[in-house]
Amino acid sequence: MRVRPMGPIVPPTNIQSNALAVVIAIMAFLACLTLGGVSMVRATAASWQSQISREITIQIKPDDKLDMNAALTKARDIALSFVGTRDGQIMDDAATSRLLEPWLGPNLNLDELPVPRLVVITIDEQNPPDFEAMRAMLKDEIPQASLDDHRTWVDRLVSMAHTTVLIGLSIMTLVFSAMILTVIFATRGALAGNRHIVEVLHFVGAEASFVGREFQKHFLKISLKGSAAGSLLAAGLFAGLGFWQSRSLATPQSDQAAALFGTFSVGYGGYLGIFATMLIIALLTTITARLTVMRTIHEIDQIRSDPARTDILPD
Amino acid sequence: MIHFENVGLRYGMGPEILRDLTFDIPKRSFQFLTGPSGAGKTTLLRLLFMSLKPTRGLIRTFGRDVNTIPPGELPMLRRRIGIVFQDFRLLDHLTTYENVALPLRVRGKDEITYKTDVLELLKWVGLGDRINVLPPVLSGGEKQRAAIARALIDRPEVLLADEPTGNVDPPMARRLLNLFLELNRLGTAVVIATHDLGLMDQVEARRMILTGGHLDIYE
Repeated sequence: MRVRPMGPIVPPTNIQSNALAVVIAIMAFLACLTLGGVSMVRATAASWQSQISREITIQIKPDDKLDMNAALTKARDIALSFVGTRDGQIMDDAATSRLLEPWLGPNLNLDELPVPRLVVITIDEQNPPDFEAMRAMLKDEIPQASLDDHRTWVDRLVSMAHTTVLIGLSIMTLVFSAMILTVIFATRGALAGNRHIVEVLHFVGAEASFVGREFQKHFLKISLKGSAAGSLLAAGLFAGLGFWQSRSLATPQSDQAAALFGTFSVGYGGYLGIFATMLIIALLTTITARLTVMRTIHEIDQIRSDPARTDILPD
Repeated sequence: MIHFENVGLRYGMGPEILRDLTFDIPKRSFQFLTGPSGAGKTTLLRLLFMSLKPTRGLIRTFGRDVNTIPPGELPMLRRRIGIVFQDFRLLDHLTTYENVALPLRVRGKDEITYKTDVLELLKWVGLGDRINVLPPVLSGGEKQRAAIARALIDRPEVLLADEPTGNVDPPMARRLLNLFLELNRLGTAVVIATHDLGLMDQVEARRMILTGGHLDIYE
């Protein structure tokens, strides 16, 4: 009679291990979703901050004695003479009219109104110019000019972005803590149904390390299966949403989504984080399985010293 | 080989289940352990198997005081003892063949080195045509024979069997007894815990009778 190929010492599938794989998949999905969400919030906050701090504005108030066009050109030249500035653009009459259109209506004649005029200067974010020196020089040369370096807004946005990221990180910490605890308890629950196997192996002379290794292998497979499913689902969701957003640029739905969430792209860092989460979950399950098996063996050995605890041994 | 000296055992704060046990299990010896139900036969087997420590007294197994053996060394010592549990303790997801081969597998042996031995032993205990069957499908007697084969497969120095013929018919009981005797002739010390007077009458062997926690030995 032919002997079937040796089956694994730990049964490959049972209700507990299937349930554990599902729990791990759900927790991996939630953890990856949170991770991707935080990564998106960070990117969006950084983009707001970068957009607003990339420019400064010189405002020149009208004055009877002032040649506005000459003052605008002079202000731009002064600003561009500083190291750290890149480009300067005078907002012409048409641009200024467009800017004021929501308040003053169309067909605005700027000559009839004493409207301040603007010069927009693009700066190098990494190496910004000396704003105080620029402000002082502009005041000296053009008393009607004032420099707005957007610091107030930048500071508010930075603070808001930091708060948002901090909230995201706190949520992520909570989700990860819940994930760790759920995975640990689910693994221990799944192992409880296998206690008799640990006992039999122990009594037929298996060393603790052998038993630990067998269960470790088994739970590594389950956790990789579960965490891969959850992580891939989350990664697929981000990729799908990113694709949808890129395909529906400038549509009302996409603009609304972009205004609410920023771009759905989590970038390579985000996908790397999702992959790392998957590995962390797999590792966590495996370590928990090993420690639980070791503790079970320790308990069996403890019964030797305390016969009153033989309640867990069959007669 | 195994030496008991004034051994006593109690569960928690209860009365002593076993009292002042002093005896030896010599090499190549054969003995029956008997006594009324609840006398402590299974507990005594557990002490012999080192799955319990005595509350008092000294037990030396293979020259080692069991009270001082570190847990890490127990598996190596247990490999020298074969045990047949009363409830068989077969793994339901492994076939009869795999259950019997389990002690060799956990020792890291290659299947090629033991496959023939396992199949021969299974044939000997009458399970030659049940090698690929899972325990839930086996009858009580078949499970018992599989459990016995698992205990014997690595030719232990001591065999402890708890009611090994409890679920088999008299001809099979006789056959299993012959197997134990054969093993004994090959050098294994055998301790059989049983109620079966008929079985004991078939062999001239030492009888250890447990009554009320006391042990009387009839050589």
